Amino acid sequence: MSVDFDCTVIWTNMTYFLVGRFPHGPLGGIALTLYLALVACLLSFIGGIILGMMNVSSYKPLKYLSLALVNAIRGIPLIMVIFWMYFLLPAFLGRTVAENWTVILALTLFTSAYMSQIVKAGVESVPKGQTEAALSTGLSPRQVMLFIVLPQGLRNMIPSFVNQFVSLIKDTSLAFIVGVSELTQVATQINNRTIIYPTEIFMFIAAVYFVMCFTFTSLSRRLEKRLAWKL
Amino acid sequence: MEWLVSGLTITIQLSLISMVLAFLLGLVLAVMKMSPFRPLRWFAVGYLEFFRNTPLLVQIFFWYFGSYKVLPEAVNTWLNDLNFEFAAAVIALAIYTSAFIAEDIRSGIRAIPKAQMEAAQSSGFSYLQSLRFVILPQAVRLTVPPLINQFLNLTKNSSLAMTIGVMDLTYQARQIESYTFKGLEAFTAATLVYLAISSIIAGLVTLYSRKALFPLKVH
Repeated sequence: MSVDFDCTVIWTNMTYFLVGRFPHGPLGGIALTLYLALVACLLSFIGGIILGMMNVSSYKPLKYLSLALVNAIRGIPLIMVIFWMYFLLPAFLGRTVAENWTVILALTLFTSAYMSQIVKAGVESVPKGQTEAALSTGLSPRQVMLFIVLPQGLRNMIPSFVNQFVSLIKDTSLAFIVGVSELTQVATQINNRTIIYPTEIFMFIAAVYFVMCFTFTSLSRRLEKRLAWKL
Repeated sequence: MEWLVSGLTITIQLSLISMVLAFLLGLVLAVMKMSPFRPLRWFAVGYLEFFRNTPLLVQIFFWYFGSYKVLPEAVNTWLNDLNFEFAAAVIALAIYTSAFIAEDIRSGIRAIPKAQMEAAQSSGFSYLQSLRFVILPQAVRLTVPPLINQFLNLTKNSSLAMTIGVMDLTYQARQIESYTFKGLEAFTAATLVYLAISSIIAGLVTLYSRKALFPLKVH
């Protein structure tokens, strides 16, 4: 066993880890990881609400369509979704799509399916009396969902959403496969260039991912406690 | 077609071997996390937090590229004699999944009311006996559905092994795409196979919950 770690490789490549070739080229590294996670999170929040609403809808075709979609996506690995987007989206659209957007779309589709289950659970957690009371004051069913049930449900969903964001940060590492220069890709590039420091490099990025994810995991736990006390 | 079948075989082998290892590791970790001895508990907490909060892909790369510096020489040669890609994937998958399994097992045990333990002990069982004859038989039944779900996740996660050259189902689909340009067919076939695996496993969970959990729901 040779335990002679040499961390200079980390320091000399620090800017590359942080932002990639940013000022002179496209954004990369940790910054791109966070960017992908954030954009995909916002989009899949919207996607999750739409799919979740379809899921609890009383209109049967809509309900079964969304159920089929959600179950299909949850049944396959994320890597397959990325491949579908990467190889087949250009074929359908007839033009190329930037890798960043391929990955963002794949992550959004994938995460929306999981978010929709959170939305569904959140909506179902609102007591039925609320719906009945709102209906009896003369609101239409759509108004009841939009102004009474959804806002209360969303509050219960916040911790789960934060957990999904953590999963998203971890999942952005798969963008590596289609050549997006986020943190994992940057690390493999540096590893290929320097060759003899794989242990240091991969331990370092594992630590970076850990710091990012653990921050949000702790946040979600704190929120869970706070929201539970108030309810 | 033969490629896809051989890929499926690898996927199943990879998932099953990793699952057995992950279950054993997870059991040990769950017990450690509940132990009254603090250092053990801290170790378990650190382990669970670290491996749950880093991407599986990075862990796979670490074991594949970087583990030779932290593992003893003998282990390295032994792993190299085996199929190293496969071994690295198994190690990464087992360690990653064990962190999730440990939490499932722990919450299964905690779901059994404390009074059961007290009742068992007051009727003359020792601590270990009450754990063995009263708590665990009930906890195991509660833990089976989440465990099967973890197995499903593990099967899906095993697709990441393709990145280090394990020739699993996803790898073969990709291979067919680049050799024959029949990407659509290959990816459709692979997707359907994954869907079939997931549906079978999900069906098992439903069946199990209906058959075995119902008597427990009464209290």
